[in-house]
Formats: sequence, C-alpha cells, structure tokens
Amino acid sequence: MDKVLFGDNQFFAVNHLSDEKSREQAIRFKDDSAIIRVLDQAMETGINTFMCTTHDRIANITEHMRNQPDRYGNFNIFPCMPYAHKYANAVTDLGIVGTVKQYVPGNIFSTFTKGGVAFLRKDFIGLMELLVDAELKMFKGINTPVIFIQNVVVDMILGLKMFEVFKAYDSYIRKKYNCEPGYITMNMPALYDALLSVGITNPIICSSINKLGFRMSGGKDIYEKYLVEKQFRPIAMQVLAAGALRPKEAIEYLGRFPKIESVLFGASSKNHIQETKELIERYMKS
Amino acid sequence: MKLRGGIIGLGKMGLSHAAIVGPHPDAELAAVCDTSSLILDAFRKFSGVSCHTDYKKMLDEEKLDFVLVATPTRFHYPMVKYAMEKGIHTFCEKPFSLKTNEGEDLVKIAAERSLVNQVGYHNHFIGTFIELRRCLKANIIGDLVHFTGEAYGPVVTKEKGGTWRSDPGEGGGCLFDYASHVINLIQEIVGIPASVKGTLRKKIYSKDVEDAVFTMLTLETGLTGVLSVNWSDETYRKMSTSLTLIGKKGKIICDATEIKIYLKEANPKENLAKGWTIKYITEFAIPVNFYLRGEEYSAQIDNFISCIVNKKKNETNTFSQALNTDRVIDMIIADSKS
Repeated sequence: MDKVLFGDNQFFAVNHLSDEKSREQAIRFKDDSAIIRVLDQAMETGINTFMCTTHDRIANITEHMRNQPDRYGNFNIFPCMPYAHKYANAVTDLGIVGTVKQYVPGNIFSTFTKGGVAFLRKDFIGLMELLVDAELKMFKGINTPVIFIQNVVVDMILGLKMFEVFKAYDSYIRKKYNCEPGYITMNMPALYDALLSVGITNPIICSSINKLGFRMSGGKDIYEKYLVEKQFRPIAMQVLAAGALRPKEAIEYLGRFPKIESVLFGASSKNHIQETKELIERYMKS
Repeated sequence: MKLRGGIIGLGKMGLSHAAIVGPHPDAELAAVCDTSSLILDAFRKFSGVSCHTDYKKMLDEEKLDFVLVATPTRFHYPMVKYAMEKGIHTFCEKPFSLKTNEGEDLVKIAAERSLVNQVGYHNHFIGTFIELRRCLKANIIGDLVHFTGEAYGPVVTKEKGGTWRSDPGEGGGCLFDYASHVINLIQEIVGIPASVKGTLRKKIYSKDVEDAVFTMLTLETGLTGVLSVNWSDETYRKMSTSLTLIGKKGKIICDATEIKIYLKEANPKENLAKGWTIKYITEFAIPVNFYLRGEEYSAQIDNFISCIVNKKKNETNTFSQALNTDRVIDMIIADSKS
C-alpha cells in the first residue's frame, strides 16, 4: 500500500467537527468536475491511491477514469462499502427486510434469480456476496487492490460477535476479486482479536489513530500497545482528530509507530494536500 | 458475574443495542426476541444468543437482569410492564408511550419496584449538549429571551407507502420519531414546556402522518421559543439536531458536533472572550469502550448498566422524564386539531 491515501469525506459533506462545514463542502463539490479537479491536484503531488466510499456519485468518477486510461491507468482506488447512510435511512423507512428487498439486485421474491434463492434459503453469506457485488459494480475495470468494509458494518458484526461473517467476506474478496480485504473500525484492538479468532492473520485494519485518543475506543494505551506488539497492517485515519490537532504534531505522533503502513487523509486544496503529504513523508520513513 | 441482558425488537435500534451490549464488560447478551425469521435465523446461525419469537416466554425463561425494548411504540406499554412486573430493569426506546395514562402506570411500577428505568433519548450523552446544559446553569448568556429547537434529516424524501413509521396509530410520523428528541432536549436543558400554540403539522410526502412539525412552546418559566422539525429535508445527510438560545448577554448555538458561544462581554471565569468562541465535540466526547455510530449510543447503555451494577438511581432519561415528553407531544397534537 502507498504511504499516503487520499480520502473522500470532504467531497461528500462528511465533517466530524462541524455540520456547517459539511454544508459548505456539499455546495463546493456539487459538480463531479469539482471532485475530479481536486483528485487531479492530489495526483500532481504524487498521490496514487484514492480511498472512497461506494457513494452513488463515485460511479461518475470511475466512469471518468475508465474513459482516460492513459491518465488514470495506474491509479488505485480502495473502495469502502457500503455507503451506510443509504441503508440506514432506508431501514428507518422500509425496515430491514424492505431494505434487503430494495438493494439486493434482481427480484428477491423470484426463486429464479440468485437473490431470490439466497433469500428463501436464508443463505446469509450468499446475500452478503450479492450485496458486495452490487456495491463493487461501479469499480469494474479500475485497480482496486484493497477492498474495505466500512466501520458501521464491521463494528456491528464485531459487537454481535458474528465473526464467521468476517471469514466469509475475507475469502470472497480474495477468491472472486483477487484483492486484499480490509476493515475499517472504531474498535481496533477488539477487531484484531476477533479476526485472529477466526484465523484471519496480518489483516489490513484502518482505524482512528491520533494523539488525542479521539474515537480510539477503549483508550489510547491499548491502541498503542497493539500498534507495537501485534502483527497487522495498520492504516491511520482521523489523524488530525477531526481538526483538533495541528498537522505537524499529529503526524509526528504517528511517526512513533513504524508499523503504520499508510495514512488516510482528505483535503480540498492543493496546498493543504501537498503540506500533509510532505509531513507524512518526513516523519514516517520506513 | 456479568448481568444477563435481553432485547425485544431487532430493528435498527435493537440491532445497534445488541452490538453494544455484546462486548460490554459488565453484561452479556443472553437472549433476543423478534418476529422476523430472517433476523432471528441470522442470530441462530452466527451467534450463541438464545432466540425467541414470544417476548413473554423470553422474559419468563431467561432469568434476565435487564431488557431493552426497541419495538414500535404501541408495543412499549405491555412489554415494559410485563418485564418490570418480573423485576427486570428496563430500557425502552423513544418515544416512551402512546398514551400518557399508560406511561404514568409504567413510571409508578418502576418506582414501586425500585427498578432502573431509562429511555433512549441519546442526545443527553453527547458531550456538546452536556456542555450546553452546564453553560446555561452557569448563566453565561444571562437571562434567556428566546430559544429555537430544530431537527432536520432525510427520512421520507419520496411519496410511497411505508411501514409502522407512516402509521399514526403506531407512533409513526415526524412528531413521534424526530420532534420527540428535540422536545426532550428542550425540556431537560432549557425547561419544561407548559403550553403550545400555533402548531403546524405538515404532510410533505407521507399520506397519513406529518413530515414536518412547527410550533411555539411556552415553558413553565414563561420563556417562549420555537420548535422546527422536518424529516423530509434531503439537504441533510443524516439527522441533525440543534438548539439555539438567545440571552441578554449573548447567544449559544449547539449541535452534536460543536457549541458556538457569542458573548457581548468577555467572561474571564469561563475563559470566554468577547464575541464568538467555538468548541468542538473532540473536547467533550464521552470516552467509551466500544463505539458504534456515535459515543452517545454506548454511553447511554453504559449509564443504564452502571446504575444496575452499582444499585444507583438513574437520573438521565428516566421514564418520568420521557413521560413529560409524551405529554408535550399530546399537547402538540391537540393544538394542531384546535
């Protein structure tokens, strides 16, 4: 994995610190061309991986990339699925079964479709595979070396202790897509233990890692212990603690943990992207 | 020994509670109950939790210390009552009850049996709203002259048939689902509403329930303010709740991510400058052992379980506080029909 991963929160009005800033971002990135312009600027600074949620609008970005193979042919995308708010809002409105009906491709009640058969037999792993395929459709023809599940889903499965689902996901991503599975979580130590318990070793785990201990569930100490002692491939996100830390002290802190393979960050201006990238390269040599 | 917990209703909130109780250091998820075979089969297949379709049977057989009720609102009363009569500490999802006499009954039973009781108004476990409450107690913006309580989000953004949430008889609609949160925040942070006037309940896309509620509230203290709630606003990515307070010495705007304070004069004791000061949730978030969707969801369960373990009386989101919110909902419905 590249040391620097460029994130997408800024494009989709996700700001953990301010609803008002979210709204400003929603206005600024109303058009896909505004997103593409910032992505191009990130590429100009040498960034080669875009880690993004499977938001509907990403389909337009991947379409743009497919149409210009000379420019984007070597560019990597790390998809993170699902775009959870789509499902969360649907569940409030339609219930869980209604949401499955809406989003599993094909007519779920027709036994002649794969979805119908999976639904009737309560083949949960089969349903999971169908949902994964549906989410990943937009990345056809794009390099996606690592495919992530979003934290809401990872942490739900973790909390329900349905660890076998991780195992099924892990082997499906490897077998069907020939890619590496990744996990985003707000509970890194607990997830590491859970994955190990079903035989998943050296996993790619993306979690909040910051000097403030913000969104590091169970506390900073246990995170630091795992970063030093355990065998896994950590990606640090929320490194600025949603903006509460200055970039320099934030990245300096990450430099204490040589095991951290990559840092995920998002920014909207070229200067900001350049500055953060340089800090990461300066303090996180490995 | 860990407390044995059960959950009735495995919808969005029930599943979320299940995932939070599971890893809790002082509790184990012993049993769940739902009517959907799809959901129950997933639990049977992937977890070691005991599964039920009849809540009475679950409460009779499982020797539970506590139960979380996360069913559609009209089922709250019989389920909570049955659980408490068996001496089980009970957490109930919001809104609490559809009929205030039923809510009163439940408050009475909980008090008689000294059971820990709590309702899922999770905003009280968000650090910024806790700080807002402290700021108002400290009288930072002086005598209050007006408040606005708001919530917006994208739940119903198209015309179509729906679920129990689109059935007024089951506690559906924006008033029960969204506005209840804001009313409860106003009640606990600013003051208890005593009367309402000028209510508008607007249908935007739904056929049978309102999608937006606008009303004027008068609190017991005499302070007046506005409630403005709309769940059909797709300019919001998810539910966004805020309170704005105007005082003689300044103004505070607070939501789940930040608290913005404007002061006409500096307040050295609070270390607040003249003009705007903005503080972020990073400063106030309650640390939790397990995170799912927001610290507040874990923190409210931590509070409930800790009251049971320490044999302590709960003071946040009690049945009695939630009943107050139900009463205000009744007032709003009555006013809208007058």
